[in-house]
Amino acid sequence: MRILVIEDDSETREYLNRGLSEAGHVVDTADNGNSGLSLACDPKYDVMVIDRMLPGCDGLAVIQAVRDAGLSTPVLILSALGEVNDRVTGLQQGGDDYLVKPFAFSELLARLDALVRRTDIESTATRLVVSDLEMDLLAREVTRAGQHIELQPREFHLLEYLMRHQGHVVTRTMLLEQVWDYNFDPQTNVIDVHVSRLRRKIDRGFDAPLIQTVRGAGYVLRASEEITS
Amino acid sequence: MCFVHLKKLLRSSPFRLAVAYASLFAGSALLLLSFVYWSTAGYLLRQADETIEAEIAGLAERYRTGGLVGLTRLIERRLARQQPTGSSLYLVADAAYRPRVGNLSAWPQVEADSDGWLNFRLGQPEGQETHWARARQFRLDRGYFLLAGRDMYELDSIRVTVVQTIVWGFALTIVLALVGGVLVGRGRIRRVSVINRAISDVVAGDLTRRIPTDATGDDIEQLTNNLNRMLAELEEQVDAVQRVSDNIAHDLRTPLARLRTRLELLRESEIGLGESRYELAERAVVEADGLLATFNALLRIARIEAGRRRQEFSRVDITRLIHDVAELYGPLLDEAGLRLDTQPESGLTVVGDRDLLFQAVANLIDNVLKHVPSGGSVTVTSRCSPSGVDIVVADNGPGVPVDERIRVLERFYRLDASRTKPGAGLGLSLVAAVAKLHDATLLLSENHPGLQVVLCFGSGFTVEKEA
Repeated sequence: MRILVIEDDSETREYLNRGLSEAGHVVDTADNGNSGLSLACDPKYDVMVIDRMLPGCDGLAVIQAVRDAGLSTPVLILSALGEVNDRVTGLQQGGDDYLVKPFAFSELLARLDALVRRTDIESTATRLVVSDLEMDLLAREVTRAGQHIELQPREFHLLEYLMRHQGHVVTRTMLLEQVWDYNFDPQTNVIDVHVSRLRRKIDRGFDAPLIQTVRGAGYVLRASEEITS
Repeated sequence: MCFVHLKKLLRSSPFRLAVAYASLFAGSALLLLSFVYWSTAGYLLRQADETIEAEIAGLAERYRTGGLVGLTRLIERRLARQQPTGSSLYLVADAAYRPRVGNLSAWPQVEADSDGWLNFRLGQPEGQETHWARARQFRLDRGYFLLAGRDMYELDSIRVTVVQTIVWGFALTIVLALVGGVLVGRGRIRRVSVINRAISDVVAGDLTRRIPTDATGDDIEQLTNNLNRMLAELEEQVDAVQRVSDNIAHDLRTPLARLRTRLELLRESEIGLGESRYELAERAVVEADGLLATFNALLRIARIEAGRRRQEFSRVDITRLIHDVAELYGPLLDEAGLRLDTQPESGLTVVGDRDLLFQAVANLIDNVLKHVPSGGSVTVTSRCSPSGVDIVVADNGPGVPVDERIRVLERFYRLDASRTKPGAGLGLSLVAAVAKLHDATLLLSENHPGLQVVLCFGSGFTVEKEA
């Protein structure tokens, strides 16, 4: 992916530049709002990471200007302000996701992936398929290798989210936000239990596990042959 | 020293008040005595004038009927009848003002006013001091002049008495007021000094210092009591801050030390000792994440306490929220061997922050997970209360001792029994902060056995502990 990073703190900027480059992305950086804006108006970027507080031109103003220019490049806002109202303002101003500093790099990577995927997968799809796992969104039915799997509503929702982001890492925070629709800090591994229950239902008795744990990051759902590749 | 005391006294508010009152009293005394003077002296003067006029009229009548001889005889008779100390004055003089008969040796050397009245000084033959006399002159036929008047020494002495009374009364009022002011002022200054000394001690760092009280029950004692209450509150708060910082130092030192050890091992792993570099780095990251989580939780509590989020309040479906918490935590409780009961009353709502309320209930369940041993149970429910809505989380675990129930809400405060368990001791602090933000009462009580935590919405924020 081609990623634009607008961040005034040189250390964070370098950290993002190196990390994203190592992950195989092409990264351009800007250290202030004005030069960032002139770069951001180029439609070649797949996703942008913009700091909330910038010298010259505020991060939210940059996003506003980009949207006014008719560009729909997904934007992830980085911020040291962890408040819900900041988050809400950020998302209302045209940001697509919001991440509070300090953050784990894996979280950032997973969210950038999800942002780009969001534009890829048709939200109108009625059928999701990963390997021999199939989900019928209309009948709300799940089968694996033709075998019917009984799921609770929340488990269904969780699996749907994983399938929509197949092949991409989703973090626990993303699951809490997207599947449970709550923004909070669990003190315990509350998500893990749900995932392992789901895993038991769809992976038990099959040779190739579909739901895999990514250490220090979260989970990924993918066909097992992709692992070896 | 004495001068300093005097200066202090002069500047003291009771003394200034006394001076102000003294001036007021002196002023009114002056006014009152002036009125007394005017009414007594004036009355006597008017009476003297009336008597003189009556006498003159009588004498003139006599002159008309009895001539000079008759008049002379009448005056002589009157003078003979008069006491030596009598005050009537008579004089008949000829056209050249030479005295013919009467008890004045000469015609007064003053001009009469248009009505014929004259005021003049009367010399005493015995060399006594002179005093005022007042008389009226009357022109008789055939060039004679008649003068009738009164020696005004009585009036004079009354005047003097009244003036003396005024002066003395005035002086006495001022002296008494000043003495009273000094006495009252000194008493007040002493009591205020006691307060000032105590406050200075507190400012100098002795927070245990209290102001001694006297059982007078007056405003100064009320002030003293209030100040003492304020000092007690201050001491409590400072102690709490002290404990929090001690706890922060203690609780963050351990993970920091571990982090340091890992990094050191990582440095030495270069030489190929012990665990792999990846594992060491991984564990250092976990440690750092834990520290960050602690700081984030602290920051979060601070932000909630700042109350900014109130702007984001909306109507939150509590029934739904309890259901969601139960749904999210059900499997985890299940795996921990804890039974979960939930029976939220339907249709309950609260105006608040949905995520924070969820976080609060989640924290309470996290505590249950940490402290209630396997085989226990927890009830998470909501109910309608007289004041609004209650959220109840009750377990049958070890509970919290009565005298610790306020302190467990403090940041980093942990019961001794739970020191070895994971967590930073911030969970309940956050619940308390959320409760305060929502003006809810946070009630920790005995569950026989176990702990019952109730968040009462719509009742105004308080923290209560119940035996």
